[in-house]
Amino acid sequence: MDVTTTDTTTVATMSYAAAAADALARKMRTDPAVVALGEDLGRGGIFGQYQGLQAEFGAERIIDTPISEATIVGAAVGMALTGLKPVVEMRVVDFALCAMDEIVNQAAKNRFMFGGQGRVPAVIRMPIGIWTASAAQHSQSLESWFAHIPGLVVMTPATAQDNHALLRAAIDCGDPVAYLEHKELWGLEDEVDPAATATIGRARIVRPGTDLTIVSWSKAVHDATAAAATLAEAGIAAEVIDLRTLWPWDRDTVLDSAGRTGRVLVVHEAVQVAGFGAEIAATVAEHTGAKVARLGAPRSPVAYSPPLEVLARIAPQQIVARARELMDRR
Amino acid sequence: MPGNNTAPTALATLLALYRTMCRIRAFEDAAEVASQGGVAAFGQKQDTSVAVRGPLHLSTGQEAVAAGVCAHLRPSDYLTSTHRGHGHTIAKGAELGRMFQELFGKATGYCGGRGGSMHIADFSVGMLGANGVVAAGIPIAVGAAQSIRIRRTDAIAVSFFGDGALNRGPFAESLNWAAAFGLPLLFVCEDNQWSATTRTDAMSAGGGAAERARSYGVPAVEVDGNDVAAVHAAAGRLVEEIRAGAGPRLLHARTYRFSGHVSVDPAAYRDPDELAAALADDPLERARRLLADAGATAGQADTIMAEARAEVEAALASAAAAPWPEDAAAFEQVQDEGSGRWT
Repeated sequence: MDVTTTDTTTVATMSYAAAAADALARKMRTDPAVVALGEDLGRGGIFGQYQGLQAEFGAERIIDTPISEATIVGAAVGMALTGLKPVVEMRVVDFALCAMDEIVNQAAKNRFMFGGQGRVPAVIRMPIGIWTASAAQHSQSLESWFAHIPGLVVMTPATAQDNHALLRAAIDCGDPVAYLEHKELWGLEDEVDPAATATIGRARIVRPGTDLTIVSWSKAVHDATAAAATLAEAGIAAEVIDLRTLWPWDRDTVLDSAGRTGRVLVVHEAVQVAGFGAEIAATVAEHTGAKVARLGAPRSPVAYSPPLEVLARIAPQQIVARARELMDRR
Repeated sequence: MPGNNTAPTALATLLALYRTMCRIRAFEDAAEVASQGGVAAFGQKQDTSVAVRGPLHLSTGQEAVAAGVCAHLRPSDYLTSTHRGHGHTIAKGAELGRMFQELFGKATGYCGGRGGSMHIADFSVGMLGANGVVAAGIPIAVGAAQSIRIRRTDAIAVSFFGDGALNRGPFAESLNWAAAFGLPLLFVCEDNQWSATTRTDAMSAGGGAAERARSYGVPAVEVDGNDVAAVHAAAGRLVEEIRAGAGPRLLHARTYRFSGHVSVDPAAYRDPDELAAALADDPLERARRLLADAGATAGQADTIMAEARAEVEAALASAAAAPWPEDAAAFEQVQDEGSGRWT
């Protein structure tokens, strides 16, 4: 674990949403350059992840914006180039598609394209994942899009502790960050040390094991952990790795684990085809003799009706089944 | 037009404006020569041996707009521009040598050779970049203006865009946003009448930039963009209002693009009479008449143009002599975390 404790006085149980609000508040108290902008932030954000912040910091720093995604991100680029550290809220990653020019062509390329004259220290929060009963335009996991773009850092916190530590790391990192919280983790509670720090690009071994490695991130980490418990009952010791950041991703930890277990299963909620799991599987295959497998969503939009929506989800029992197939492979 | 009802512009001001226009004209003329055959477009084959490669969007004929507006700006004011951004960059205070070094792709150019013409920029004088995407600079200027407000500085932001940008969403979003927040931002529509190779009025509804601005409550002024004194006077009033805290303003300057969409575009789609009329309304010639009316001699104006041409010759020579970037520059300044080839 690379979460190191530097202050033990304030450890508390927090939700994933409250951890994000607390992390942002701490950065805003110490750095006047940090501002946040997006729709409905003054009311606390639609998931409560900005609760109480406008009351403390005022409407000039917790900025309620028009429903203008392109200009929200474009303005953040202008703010970042002129001395601010904007935290941008897109509500859900699905809406960020209205701002792809600003994310991909403007924010990500600015530093390189203008020869390092400026930098874009902007954190663009775009919650991913299936949001129950919200259908196809509110349920996507598009992390591979952002990992594909040079210039972007990509983070996918799975726990309240990581949402606290990674959000602070994102604000401090100096480059544009695609910060991908999960739409269904907001209520998840765990112990949060607000002084703990996270290293960008460092994975977390959630559960050690010797028989196979399960690599995952975001909400799927919890499904993989549940699957590992089931596998343990059958005598299979699965190591579960939470990548935490997809760009850069922790190749050393994954390849080391692959070398020990000889089998790697990558699990993600995103569509399996051309998902980030393909990058991990290919890297493992190129660098080790390990057997690799992937488990992602079918290549179909997420449907509304409960019996259909569930078919787009990755459940622990599917992970168990795919892991068993991998164990049986010769 | 309202912008034309002005007191005569002082001779010293006119001389300074004319000097800026001449520097832009000389730069664009030389860039055009240096780029002939440099891009495969409009049926032409690419000659990879020319100095300035790729799409080169010239602002020849539009110099009065850049000169008249930027004369009111300080280095601390922010500017965003378009793919046709050389003139704005020069008028904001960039050095011609480093600009040509960038167009040549050399290591000493403003962007280290990584950006070229479409990404020309000099952040040190507040010029935050030309842009390869139509209307994309406008929201960036919105953010700069909001940043000015938050950081309590006395600067303003200016965004140049063309008439083609009026039909992109970010223009509408930004007008609303700037008005809603009362930001210190000057929108400048540099209307050259052509959206790439199609007439803008053939595919645009309504009364144009000023009317769209007014519909959002943003006061707007329309001006003859080939009359540098008129542009200067109109922009001066708008900038003064913005600096006084009155909120955003829009300037709609009508001008004309002498060349094609890119330098190799022969623009055969244009009516020859239209081009002839535009060439007869050359903003530099009009500025010379204004100078004469104000008491300048033809010799003074000729000297300014000769000096501009000489400055450009020196800039070209510096670019030719400048070193290429090292290979490592292709992978540097991408990002601190996760940089490198990863292959």
